[in-house]
Amino acid sequence: MEFIKAENLTFEYHKTDDAGQEMSTRAVNNISFSIEKGSFTAIIGQNGSGKSTLAKNMNALLIPTAGKIYVDGIDTSEIDRIWDVRQKVAMVFQNPDNQIVSAIVEDDVAFGPENTGVDPAEIRQRVDAALSWVEMFDYRKKAPHLLSGGQKQRIAIAGAVAMEPDCIVFDEPTAMLDPAGRAEVMNIIRKLNARGITAILITHFMEEAAQADYVLVMDDGKIKMEGSPLEIFRRTDELKDLSLDVPAPVALADKLREEGIDLPEDILTTDRLVEELIK
Amino acid sequence: MIRDITLGQYYPGNSWIHKLDPRIKIIATLLYIVALFVVREFTGFIVAFVALEAVIIISGVPRKFIWKGLKPVILIIAFTLIINIFMIKGEVLWQLGFLQITREGLRTAAFMGIRLVLLIIGSSLLTLTTRPIGLTDGIEALLSPFRKIGLPAHELAMMMTIALRFIPTLLEETDKIIKAQQARGADFESGNIIRRAKALVPILVPLFISAFRIAQDLAMAMEARCYGGNVKRTRMNEIKMGSRDLAASLLFAAFLAMIILQRVLL
Ligand SMILES: Nc1ncnc2c1ncn2[C@@H]1O[C@H](COP(=O)(O)OP(=O)(O)O)[C@@H](O)[C@H]1O
Ligand SMILES: [Mg+2]
Repeated sequence: MEFIKAENLTFEYHKTDDAGQEMSTRAVNNISFSIEKGSFTAIIGQNGSGKSTLAKNMNALLIPTAGKIYVDGIDTSEIDRIWDVRQKVAMVFQNPDNQIVSAIVEDDVAFGPENTGVDPAEIRQRVDAALSWVEMFDYRKKAPHLLSGGQKQRIAIAGAVAMEPDCIVFDEPTAMLDPAGRAEVMNIIRKLNARGITAILITHFMEEAAQADYVLVMDDGKIKMEGSPLEIFRRTDELKDLSLDVPAPVALADKLREEGIDLPEDILTTDRLVEELIK
Repeated sequence: MIRDITLGQYYPGNSWIHKLDPRIKIIATLLYIVALFVVREFTGFIVAFVALEAVIIISGVPRKFIWKGLKPVILIIAFTLIINIFMIKGEVLWQLGFLQITREGLRTAAFMGIRLVLLIIGSSLLTLTTRPIGLTDGIEALLSPFRKIGLPAHELAMMMTIALRFIPTLLEETDKIIKAQQARGADFESGNIIRRAKALVPILVPLFISAFRIAQDLAMAMEARCYGGNVKRTRMNEIKMGSRDLAASLLFAAFLAMIILQRVLL
C-alpha cells in the first residue's frame, strides 16, 4: 500500500532580489512517485537538487505550488488537515543543535505530543519509551548542549518517535556527525523501520543509501533514477554524470572483477564483500 | 572560559524544594528579594541567612553549584564594597591622603555585601531547583491574567524557554568565533576603547548571522513538531498546587513575618 504519493509535484521558491526583481527557483519540478507503507527509501542527489524541498513537501511544511502530494490519502494542501499530516510524518533535520527546543532532554522529547494535546500521563509514557528506544533514557534529565552530536541527534529522533508518526523523514541526519555518531543514528533508523515506521532518508553517504529498500536519485528538481540499491548502484556511469559516487564496497568489487576475480553482482555492503572474498 | 557562565542552570533533583509548584517559588523569590531590602539591621540578615541555609540543605544542591552562580558577580560585589568603604563620610578610622575609611562606610559596605550575596544565592536557588520548563510555565501562569489586556503570556514564556535552551549554544558559538578570529590574527586585548570596540565587530556580525540561522532552523523544526501557538497544548508536567505547597507557603509567611517584626521592633 502506498503511504506517500506525489502527482506532478512542483515547488517554486519566490523571492525578490536586491534589484527588486521577482525571482523564482523551481526546486522540485513536476515529479511523480509513491512510497510504500513500511518501506525504507533513500533519496540521494547533489547539493541544491531539491531533496530538502521535497522532504518539506511531505509534511506540509511547504505546500506544492503545482501538482499534489498525498500523505496516507490526505491532500497536504487542505489547510485544516495540516496537523494530521505533520503528526503522521515527523521530521529529523541535519543540524542537531537547531532542532532541540528545551533545556532538558525529556522536556524536549515531550514537546511534540504536548503540541498535539496528548494527555499528560500518556506523554510521560511516550517520552520514556522513546528515550529508551534511542538508548538515551539515562540522559533524560541532562541539558542537551552537554551531549555529543550523535546523542543530540538521537534526542531529536526520540522527539519524532514520541509523536507516534507513521513515517519519519530524515534530512541528512548524519551529515554533521563523526563516524561513531553516524553508525548509531543509522542503527536507530533501521530499528525504527523494522518496527514498521516508514523511513525516508536523505543522505550524501552512499553506504547509507545502500541500506534502504529503494533509492530515488534527484537532480535539478527531477527524479533521474529510481530502483533498488542494487539496480541503482550498478549504473556507475550515470551516477558519475550526476556527480554521485557508488558505495565504496561496490566500487571495490567492480575493480576486483576487472582483475578477474569472480564475484556475484549483488554486493552492496562491506560485510557481504568480505564474506564473498573469504569463501 | 565563557562557557562556564551558569546562567539559569538547573540542578536535577527530587527534593521537596524541587517538587514545589514553580509559581510558589517564583513569588517567594520575589518577596524574599523585597524582604532583603526591608532589612535594616544585621539580625534581619541572620533570619534570611538561616532561611536560605535551610532551603539549600533541603534542596540537596551541592555548595559547588551555589558558588558557581556567585563567581561571575564577584567583581561587581567587590566594586560595590570598595565604593562604599571609601565614599561614605562619618567617623574616620583610617586616613591616607584623600582616602579615608569611616565606621559608617565599613558598616554600609558590609551591609550591601551581605545583601547582594544573599540576593544572588536566593535567586540562583530558584533556577537551580526549578526545571526551565517549570520556570517558564510558572511565569506563563502568573502572567496569564494579564492576557486580557493584551499581554502575550504564552509567547513570552516560549521565548524564555528558547532563550534558556540557546544561551549555552550561542556562548559556544561566540567562543568558536573568537578563536577563529584570533587564529586569523585578530587582537582583542590591546588598544584603546574605540579600537577594542571595533575589534568586536568581526565577532558580532558572524554571531548575528548564526543566531538568525538557528532561529530559522528552529522555527521550521518547531512547526514540523506541530507547534501552533497555545491552541490545544497540554503539558507533561502540569503545575499543580498540593498540600506541600500550602505548607511551604505557610513557612514562607512565617519568614516574612519575622523580617517585618524585626524591622518594626529593632
Ligand atoms: N528558502 C529558500 N528560498 C529560496 N530558494 C531556496 C530556498 N531553499 C532552497 N532554495 C533553492 O532551491 C533549490 C533546492 O534546494 P534544496 O531543496 O535545499 O536542495 P538539497 O536539499 O538537495 O540540497 C536550490 O537551488 C536552492 O538554492
Ligand atoms: Mg538539503
